[in-house]
Amino acid sequence: MMETMAVHGPGIITEEEPFTPGHRACSGCGEALSVRLAAKAIGNNAIIVNATGCMEVVASPFPHTSWRIPWIHTLFENTAAVASGAEAGLRALVKKGKRPEKNVKVVALAGDGGTSDIGLQALSGALERGHDLVYICLDNEAYMNTGIQRSSATPFGASTTTSPAGRESLGQVTWKKNLPAIAVAHDIPYVATACPSYHRDLMKKVAKALEVKGPAYIHVLSVCPVGWRCATEDTIKVGRLAVRTGVFPLYEVENGQYKLSLTLTKLEPVDSYLKLQGRFRHLTEDTIKIIQERVNREYAKLVEMASKSSPSG
Amino acid sequence: MAKRVGLEVSVAVGDAAKLADVDVVAAYPITPQTHIVEHLAELVANGELRAAYIPVESEHSAMSACLGASAVGARTFTATASQGLELMHEVLYVASALRLPIVMAVVNRALSAPISIWCDHSDAMAVRDSGWIQMFVENGQEAVDNVICAFRIGEDRRVLLPVMIHLDGFSLSHVIEPIILPEQSEVARFLPPYDPPLPLDPEKPVTVGAFAPPFIYTEVKWAQEMTLEGAKEVILECWREFANTFGRHYSPVESYRTEGAKVLLMTMGSLSETAMVAVDKMRDEGKEVGLIKLRLWRPFPFAELRQAVRDAEVLIVLDRALSFGGPGGPVCSEVKAALYREARRPEVVGFVGGLGGRDISMADFEEMVNQGIKLAEAGSEREFEIFGVRE
Ligand SMILES: Cc1ncc(C[n+]2csc(CCOP(=O)(O)OP(=O)(O)O)c2C)c(N)n1
Ligand code: SF4
Ligand SMILES: [Mg+2]
Repeated sequence: MMETMAVHGPGIITEEEPFTPGHRACSGCGEALSVRLAAKAIGNNAIIVNATGCMEVVASPFPHTSWRIPWIHTLFENTAAVASGAEAGLRALVKKGKRPEKNVKVVALAGDGGTSDIGLQALSGALERGHDLVYICLDNEAYMNTGIQRSSATPFGASTTTSPAGRESLGQVTWKKNLPAIAVAHDIPYVATACPSYHRDLMKKVAKALEVKGPAYIHVLSVCPVGWRCATEDTIKVGRLAVRTGVFPLYEVENGQYKLSLTLTKLEPVDSYLKLQGRFRHLTEDTIKIIQERVNREYAKLVEMASKSSPSG
Repeated sequence: MAKRVGLEVSVAVGDAAKLADVDVVAAYPITPQTHIVEHLAELVANGELRAAYIPVESEHSAMSACLGASAVGARTFTATASQGLELMHEVLYVASALRLPIVMAVVNRALSAPISIWCDHSDAMAVRDSGWIQMFVENGQEAVDNVICAFRIGEDRRVLLPVMIHLDGFSLSHVIEPIILPEQSEVARFLPPYDPPLPLDPEKPVTVGAFAPPFIYTEVKWAQEMTLEGAKEVILECWREFANTFGRHYSPVESYRTEGAKVLLMTMGSLSETAMVAVDKMRDEGKEVGLIKLRLWRPFPFAELRQAVRDAEVLIVLDRALSFGGPGGPVCSEVKAALYREARRPEVVGFVGGLGGRDISMADFEEMVNQGIKLAEAGSEREFEIFGVRE
C-alpha cells in the first residue's frame, strides 16, 4: 500500500508544500494535516490570514515560519475581518491600476473557538458582505492552544478542562453548535465539511471553494490527539470513524443545495468512535445511547435535505 | 487655486481622505463620527472617490479590516469615537506593531457609563499607549491639513506607523467653518503614493505577525519606541514642507501670547479657541497670561514643551479626562513628568474639566487662571482640581 502511494501519490497530490514540514505541531496533529492538505490545494497564489490558535503558534515562532506563501496573523477573533480588508484592498488596488490583476486568493484559517465563539460576529459580517474569500475552520472541538477548554463546537459528553466530567457533570452538556448551518444561513455560494482522513475530498473542496466567486466556508474536523486523548497513530482512523458513524458527515452545500459527499448505507455505531477517545471515557451506556439517537436524527435530517436538494444546485 | 468654502468639519475630514485618494475605508457608525463616514460612503457611491468602502459589523472589525487592507498595500482610512475606539482597543496595538500606516480620525467623545455622546478626551486617553502617532486639532482647517499630513508622515519609510487625528465631537465635528480644501493635484504632489516595503504579495512572500518568544519581544518593542520617537523629525519635516506648499504652519506645541507671561494656560483640542479669547481679554486687562496649545500628543514633544513653558511661574493644565485613582489628568501628569528634571520650572496646577460635553466658557478660563494662581501660591494637598463640579 505504502509503495503504491509512493509511486502514484505524486500524480494525484502535488508535491508542493506551501505549508512546510518542520512546524511545531504535536505528533498526530489533525489540524496540521488539514492545513497541509488545504495549502496544497490553495497553491502559491494566495494570502493566508490566520487566527491565533494552535496553527498560528506552531507555524510562526520568530525567526522561523512554516509558510512559503504570504501569511498574516493579527488576533484571535478578527480573522474574517482582516481577510475582508485584504480582499477589498486587493480589489481596490487592482481596480486603480496600482497592482496587476493576478487573481490572488485570500484564505482565512481559524480554529473552532476562533470561529464559532469569539470570531462568529466577524465571520458573519464577512459572509454577509459577500467578500470573495475562503474561510476554513479547523475544528478540533476545543480551545487546544490554551489547554483543552470547551468551545461551542465541543461535542456533548466530552470532558475538557472547563467542562470536566465529575460526579455532578458528564462533561460538555450542550450539543455541538452547527457552524456549517450558520454559514448556509448567510446564503453564500459554497459551504462544505471535510476531514483530512478523506484527503482528496478535502483538497477538492478547497479547490472548489477557491473557484467560487464570493464567500466560501469549509468546516474541517481535525483530530487532536492531545485534547481528545487518543493515540497519535489513530488520527486518520478517528477522523474516518467520525465520518462513518455520522457524527461528522461530509457534505457540500452549493447555492443552498445540500449534497452528501459520501453515501453511507449504514452508520457505524458511535460507540466505535467514542471508545477510542479518553475525553469520552466516563460516558455511561445510557449517555452513549442519547448520543447515538441524536446522531441518527441529525444524519437523517441531512439525508432528507440532500434528497430534497436538486442535484444541479 | 483652492478657495475657502463653508463646510461642516466632518464633511471636510471626509474630503481630506478623498484628497489623499484612499483605497479602502472600513468603518462603523458612532455619534459624533457618523457624518465623516457617511460622506465617504457617498463619495464612493458617486464614483467621486475610487475606493472600497467596507461597511463592517463593528469597530473591532473596522480596525481589523484596516489591518488587512493596509497589509496588502492599500492606503486605508477610518474614523470612530468613544465606545468604538474602545472596541478597537486590542487591534490598535497590532496596527502600530505591524507598522501599518492606517489613518484614523477620532471624533472625541466621553466614555460610558453613564452613556454620553458629548465631548471629552477620555476615549483618546484610553488608547494613549497604543503606539500610534496622535495629534489633537483645534479647528476644521487643522483637521483637513493634518489628515493629509497624517498619510505622508505615517507612510514615510522612516516611520511606517498609524496616525490618529483627534478632533472634538460636536463642538468641532459638527460646526460649519470656513475651510480651504487644497486641490487634488496639489495634494498628489505633496503626498507620494503609499509604497510599503513588505506588502502581502505572492510574488514576494512574507510572514507577518509571527509570534515572538521572550528573546526577541523586547527588541521589537524597543524598535517600535525608537521609531515613534524618531517620527517627530519626520512630522516636523512634513509640517515644514506643508507650510512651503500650502502656507499654513503647524508645530507640536504652540504658544499664544506667551511673551513675558508669568502664568500659562495649557489646553488641547477645540477649547483652545475659547482659551485664546480668554487670554486676549486677560491681556487687555494687563494680566500677564499666555496660552500653550499642545497639538502633538504622541510622540510627546518633551523638548518643545520644556522650551515653551520655561519662563513661566505658573502653568495651569486643563485635562478633559480623568485617570481614576491616579494623578487626575493624563496630560497634566505627562507635563509634570516632562518638567521633573528641569532646574527651573513653573509650578504646575492641574484641572480636570469639560467632561462629557460640559462647556468651558471664556469666564471659566479666567476663573481657572485665578484659582490656579492662588493654588500655586498656597499649595494644595490634592493632586488636581476638578473644575466646575457641583458638590
Ligand atoms: C481576545 C483573546 N481572548 C483569548 C485569547 C486566548 N486564546 C488564544 S488561542 C485560544 C484558543 C484557540 O482555540 P481554537 O480557536 O479552537 O484554536 P485551536 O488552538 O484549538 O486550534 C485562546 C482562548 C486570545 N488570544 N485573545
Ligand atoms: S494541541 Fe492538538 S491541535 Fe494543537 S498542535 Fe497539538 S495536536 Fe495539534
Ligand atoms: Mg480548537
